[in-house]
Amino acid sequence: MAGLELLSDQGYRVDGRRAGELRKIQARMGVFAQADGSAYIEQGNTKALAVVYGPHEIRGSRSRALPDRALVNCQYSSATFSTAERKRRPHGDRKSCELGLQLRQTFEAAILTQLHPRSQIDIYVQVLQADGGTYAACVNAATLAVLDAGIPMRDFVCACSAGFVDGTALTDLSHVEEASGSPQLALALLPASGQIALLEMDARLHEDHLEQVLEAAAQAARGVHTLLDRVVRQHVREASILLGD
Amino acid sequence: MLKSKTFLKKTRAGGVMKIVREHYLRDDIGCGAPGCSACGGAHEGPVLEPQPQDPASTLCPSPHYLLPDTNVLLHQIVSAWRPGTWACVASSLRPPGSLETYVEQEQGENANDRNDRAIRVAAKWYNEHLKKLSAENQPQVIFITNDRKNKEKAVEEGIPAFTCEEYIKSLTANPELIDRLACLSEEGNEIESGKIIFSEHLPLSKLQQGIKSGIYLQGTFRASRENYLEATVWIHGDTEENKEIILQGLKHLNRAIHEDIVAVELFPKSQWVAPSSVVLHDEGQNEDDMEKEEEKERMLKTTVNEKMLKPTGRVVGIIKRNWRPYCGMLSKSGIKESRRHLFTPADRRIPRIRIETRQASTLEGRRIIVAIDGWPRNSRYPNGHFVKNLGDVGEKETETEVLLLEHDVPHQPFSQAVLSFLPKMPWSITEKDMKHRVDLRHLCVCSVDPPGCTDIDDALHCRELENGNLEVGVHIADVSHFIRPGNALDQESARRGTTVYLCEKRIDMVPELLSSNLCSLRCDVDRLAFSCIWEMNHNAEILRTKFTKSVINSKASLTYAEAQMRIDSATMNDDITTSLRGLNKLAKILKRRRIENGALTLSSPEVRFHMDSETHDPIDLQTKELRETNSMVEEFMLLANISVAKKIHEEFSEHALLRKHPAPPPSNYEILVKAAKSKNLEINTDTAKSLADSLDRAESPVFPYLNTLLRILATRCMMQAVYFCSGMDNDFHHYGLASPIYTHFTSPIRRYADIIVHRLLAVAIGADCTYPELTDKHKLADICKNLNYRHKMAQYAQRASVAFHTQLFFKSKGIVSEEAYILFVRKNAIVVLIPKYGLEGTVFFEEKDKPKPRLIYDDEIPSLKIEDTVFHVFDKVKVKIMLDSSNLQHQKIRMALVEPQIPGISVPMDISNMDSEPGKKKRKLEK
Repeated sequence: MAGLELLSDQGYRVDGRRAGELRKIQARMGVFAQADGSAYIEQGNTKALAVVYGPHEIRGSRSRALPDRALVNCQYSSATFSTAERKRRPHGDRKSCELGLQLRQTFEAAILTQLHPRSQIDIYVQVLQADGGTYAACVNAATLAVLDAGIPMRDFVCACSAGFVDGTALTDLSHVEEASGSPQLALALLPASGQIALLEMDARLHEDHLEQVLEAAAQAARGVHTLLDRVVRQHVREASILLGD
Repeated sequence: MLKSKTFLKKTRAGGVMKIVREHYLRDDIGCGAPGCSACGGAHEGPVLEPQPQDPASTLCPSPHYLLPDTNVLLHQIVSAWRPGTWACVASSLRPPGSLETYVEQEQGENANDRNDRAIRVAAKWYNEHLKKLSAENQPQVIFITNDRKNKEKAVEEGIPAFTCEEYIKSLTANPELIDRLACLSEEGNEIESGKIIFSEHLPLSKLQQGIKSGIYLQGTFRASRENYLEATVWIHGDTEENKEIILQGLKHLNRAIHEDIVAVELFPKSQWVAPSSVVLHDEGQNEDDMEKEEEKERMLKTTVNEKMLKPTGRVVGIIKRNWRPYCGMLSKSGIKESRRHLFTPADRRIPRIRIETRQASTLEGRRIIVAIDGWPRNSRYPNGHFVKNLGDVGEKETETEVLLLEHDVPHQPFSQAVLSFLPKMPWSITEKDMKHRVDLRHLCVCSVDPPGCTDIDDALHCRELENGNLEVGVHIADVSHFIRPGNALDQESARRGTTVYLCEKRIDMVPELLSSNLCSLRCDVDRLAFSCIWEMNHNAEILRTKFTKSVINSKASLTYAEAQMRIDSATMNDDITTSLRGLNKLAKILKRRRIENGALTLSSPEVRFHMDSETHDPIDLQTKELRETNSMVEEFMLLANISVAKKIHEEFSEHALLRKHPAPPPSNYEILVKAAKSKNLEINTDTAKSLADSLDRAESPVFPYLNTLLRILATRCMMQAVYFCSGMDNDFHHYGLASPIYTHFTSPIRRYADIIVHRLLAVAIGADCTYPELTDKHKLADICKNLNYRHKMAQYAQRASVAFHTQLFFKSKGIVSEEAYILFVRKNAIVVLIPKYGLEGTVFFEEKDKPKPRLIYDDEIPSLKIEDTVFHVFDKVKVKIMLDSSNLQHQKIRMALVEPQIPGISVPMDISNMDSEPGKKKRKLEK
């Protein structure tokens, strides 16, 4: 395929962004009263909803309980109407299992699970509209939801994707860019310490370029952090006004 | 601001997809005008000129920028652009999606209209924006469009707009620009006038349908050099029958031009014709004489027997035009004051082109370039426009330019974009460069090259190891370190493919900074190299091979003669000399072994011109001398190439770039065998080895030059060596070198193939990283195709340059008589070689205005009997050489027979011009 020009000579991407720019991020915390914590995030056209329950007692078989820390249970699902083509997405298909697992790994690294031994934390994420960077949007939404639930964490977990086109690293890939087949990488970062909670890439990229792409993704994740931090502070301010402090 | 676009799309499977895309409109794109405070420094990339130069237009006297619309940009920019006469082009500076100039497609508006509107909005925005500039004389933006409606709308909106023609005509300073306008406007209205000569071309969709169903055939149109009314079409694909289709007559050629891809319709067998043997050149000046044409066409149709008939057809449509600007000369119209003239291209296969110019008198006798714009149905000739004046005919610069253009050699200076990828000077080797590199600066490396060579791409060393073995290193300039894959510099080098050496000029493949400085392995400076190091025993058997990137410091840059002198002189015993002696000793063994394996030693008459240092006119011709050191360097280069070829093929079996030399079909050797038989010699051509052996044996004590002549003939029988991708072919054999595998590794400064091989080898040894294109065999095959083409063209250009300089040489020398040997015998001529000049020429025995001599040609023992004298191949004759400038466009060397004397044929010898040293001519060209 002759393909789309992902990066123009002037340095603009298909949707008018520059290589290192994020899409527009809008987020809200506490969208559901029923749940312990909830959040909604829009990263460009990718929209995700996260709900957190817990920590609570282990549901189902008690044998799953961990003696020294809390069990993090993550479930990912995407809406039938989330992609261009309407498609029924049954629970437990491979893609959502994998994403669920990735989310679980991410949050086990971030939540201070040892504070709640023998209990369970449930994180449910649903993607309402997918336009690239679903994993990143899920992580960012879930972070806000966990914070909303008041579960202690080491730090925010901020995620962002990055790709590599024509020797340049592009951050926060849209669906068009993801579909082009160029290598892409997903990174979940604990911004304060710079620790990596999860790093995932399933394409071939020469190791010489890895550093560059990784740095671009980390830079973008820090950018996400600033935005999420603002959202959290705004939410806390509003909540305190409501509480009359 | 965010714009969202939603649309529905039907998939191939029939499903409906709803696609949502967002687009960010930016507010940080500057206008590009320097000193614009509103935009600040937000703009990157190309900027507008600070003060648009005033091209003195009567339409708009104030300084202005031009903003051409897309069509103008596409069709006119090439022809009309000349720096300084046009102000800067502004439209390309505004990337799509700027907040202020974003235009949304309206209901019922098609994409073209939207684009036109977007350009108008941009023009308007620019005009308003530039008003804010505080500069005292505010520049204006002028909108140039050829679309009448678009222009009307623009004027309505208050944008100053003109058509291209109006604007160019208003330029008082440059009246000749108007000639360069592509005459597109004429096409529409001319159809009514004049009678229609050609049938209409079918639209592409119909052609494709026809080709699919087999009614039409697709092929490349090749016009005949000899006969302008005839052409052949080479059908694409692997069809066995009807591979070559003959077209005869103007109507059937139907406006196709040499190299076009056309669709042809095959005639029924009853209408097939035989290729005519008539030579016809288009002399007509007037285009009304179509009747005469028909008469001529009838002349072609000679009655012949059935066997000679070939598939015949006619052009029904053009699939792809392959027009390029053509070099040639103006044939001034006979009518005074006429602005319409015919242009005669230098290439006879291209029809004459009608152009319109007011400067015919100045262009007369000049070489000019003309581009074709179109060929209306009612016109005998295609329409074109004048592009460039190259200079006077016969001038050295002009002729060089012409031969470069005619051989499609890219020779423009390197663009800014290309130069921007050069390393910054002063350059030095950094820590980072040393990664993956070994330091070989302590080694006693030296280079051996022809005198005056500035692009040294190889250096050698040889030393004895502690274990008694020899270490031999070939160090090649590390060009791939400087030319990174994919950037503009790389693309340009890939396009050029090779450095072209002309007699007095070199057309570089890479910019001079690299070719003559940073990559050139000059002495006493640190240079990056790619080294191939062998450990050998004293029998030149390779024990170990190592490839590594390195840093070297050459101790001496020698010429072949200097190196030879060092080896021969008994008094010199320094490191360099011992190293050279070691190399020489090994090279001899290697060469012997190679020849035992059946490598061919061929010969071609190579000449060098002695140039006058002031005027660069050739003052003497000299055949190239070959020394032991030449073959010493050659031997190690071959060894390095073979070693590298093995390595990269081992590592990348599917996408190694290799070079092969196919064995010629036995029929190619016929002429050689026959020629040798006439001298009672046997040439065995079964294998390369037997050929080499029989060539060695073919000596004649009374005729020492015979062996060289045979080798020259053998060279003519060979096939062309080509680059190929190992995954696309399975025959790797190199016939001439008798090597099962071969590639080019040793001259990356002047060949692009070597750069690719360097990259492959670097990846193979882990010294560099790979990139997707490198391991894509189709891309590699494309590169090979271009390289093979460029190499062929470079060779032709070189030959043409030698021919031109030979002409200059004989022009200054006058008429001379020389001894020559007959190379080939033809039906009405003999081809002779003059060893002294390495010059080959044809002596014709039939002339237009003279009575035809009695010629008897014998094909079996190639011989020609003229009156009572018989000519055989390799006979010694004496010929007179003179310059024939009767045709201004095609000057050539003409030869006439002096000895043996045949009454009425041979010309009298001019005693005064005889060479006084006959002994000199017999110098043997041993290689």
